[in-house]
Amino acid sequence: MKLRVDGLSVRFRLPGAVVQAVTDARFELREGRCLALVGESGCGKSVMAHALLGLLPANATVTGHAWLDSLDLITAGERTLAREVRGRRIGLVPQSPAAHLTPVRTARAQLAEALRELDRPETPDELARRAGLRPGDLDRYPHQLSGGMAQRVANALALAGDPPLILADEPTTGLDRPLVEATMAELRRLCDEGRAVLLITHDLRAAERVADDVAVMYASRVVEIAEARTFFTAPRHPYAAGLLDALPTRGFTPIPGRPPELTRLPAGCAFQPRCSRATALCDEQPVLNGVACHHA
Amino acid sequence: MLEAADITVTFGRHRVLDRAAITVRPGEVVGLAGPSGCGKSTLTRVLALLLRPSGGRVVLDGQPVHRWRHRAPRRTAIGLVFQQPRLAVDPRFTLIEVIAEPLRANRRPLARAHELAEELGLTPELHSRRPHEVSDGQLQRACVARALALEPRYLICDEMTTMLDASTQAHLVARIEAYRARTGAGVLAVSHDLELLERWSGGNVRELAHRYPA
Repeated sequence: MKLRVDGLSVRFRLPGAVVQAVTDARFELREGRCLALVGESGCGKSVMAHALLGLLPANATVTGHAWLDSLDLITAGERTLAREVRGRRIGLVPQSPAAHLTPVRTARAQLAEALRELDRPETPDELARRAGLRPGDLDRYPHQLSGGMAQRVANALALAGDPPLILADEPTTGLDRPLVEATMAELRRLCDEGRAVLLITHDLRAAERVADDVAVMYASRVVEIAEARTFFTAPRHPYAAGLLDALPTRGFTPIPGRPPELTRLPAGCAFQPRCSRATALCDEQPVLNGVACHHA
Repeated sequence: MLEAADITVTFGRHRVLDRAAITVRPGEVVGLAGPSGCGKSTLTRVLALLLRPSGGRVVLDGQPVHRWRHRAPRRTAIGLVFQQPRLAVDPRFTLIEVIAEPLRANRRPLARAHELAEELGLTPELHSRRPHEVSDGQLQRACVARALALEPRYLICDEMTTMLDASTQAHLVARIEAYRARTGAGVLAVSHDLELLERWSGGNVRELAHRYPA
């Protein structure tokens, strides 16, 4: 299994404006690896995930390619995505699992439905056991599940079709530290089983816990891709360095200024107005070669 | 001083808080930590005079509190920032209306709202946007501005930055620290993130023990 995102761009048409949500994204992800896509809210991370699953609204225009082995997810039709991709080749671990589950049906009914639709021979109990749930837990409705149990039910749903690629979109939002740790350990276990995991998160410490590689997004572009160990000790892009220095365990210093509106991105490097190293060179868009910065 | 002592809260058969106590002095930051479901948010609501406890007492600057919610005469002395900004604003308001609401309700000059928006880093083009047109980080900035609008003597931040990136978190904390330095307000920072609380409060962290089965 290999996911190769090649020149992926997403635009949203709004009345009187165009949102540049993702611009020319390029990265690769192989089985057994976890790539964390990090960046602040509104930088385009989640749009990338939705583009891969073909779940963008009608006013979105997607260009470029996202190769899942030999299938291009961008040009594949809805029929192919629905019948072959979602749930079967890509499993989605959603943001806020409790809200993702249907409130009026038990966990068991939802797992049974997923297994039936995916033509899987397993029973909900077997699936639940794999996700660390007791069969008795499945008779509960979502509001009767604790945050950790709801997370495990959502994981079980994502795993129902045994997909080789797991897409986890902000899976730790609203969870406390022990649950974040448990969720990250679970994602790590999925990698160690040979699956590929694309983790989309704003939580750098969660990413540090699980990721093999880190991609940093800023204002719709991937500005740095590096091995996690290198990244957390020696980030190269000034934005990445600023983000790490904002952690309470490090400098606790915010990056000056604010991110640009995605409807009005400046020409050249979008981080330039906030960057202490900016020069006239930065009026030209830097090319991503591990890092997209003229000074790194 | 904002003091809560012997606070007990029960919801039906569940006792969520059992004789909990916490004190916030003017000018200090107190961190309140504890796992999900231990009653942190409930204690926060009691301290913000939004929930009458089943037992115990709250004393605000030496005066015992007898009335709660809209009947509490001095509730504006306490500002509150909630965990989820989207659930804490009227979706029909623009960001500047969100910030101006407490000023309007207390017949204060509304121009202050623009200064607050500027201090919190909200650029003029964001002022006329509604909540669904801005990011969580931008909306939480408006919520912090709203909490500071009436210059509260105590500010309670309940998981204020859980859903925000590191830089926005550091920025909001820095704005609140600047407000504290200027006014001598007391700050209660509630979170399950011990590293954040240790750093923000300089080690002045209380743990609330687990009571309510998750």
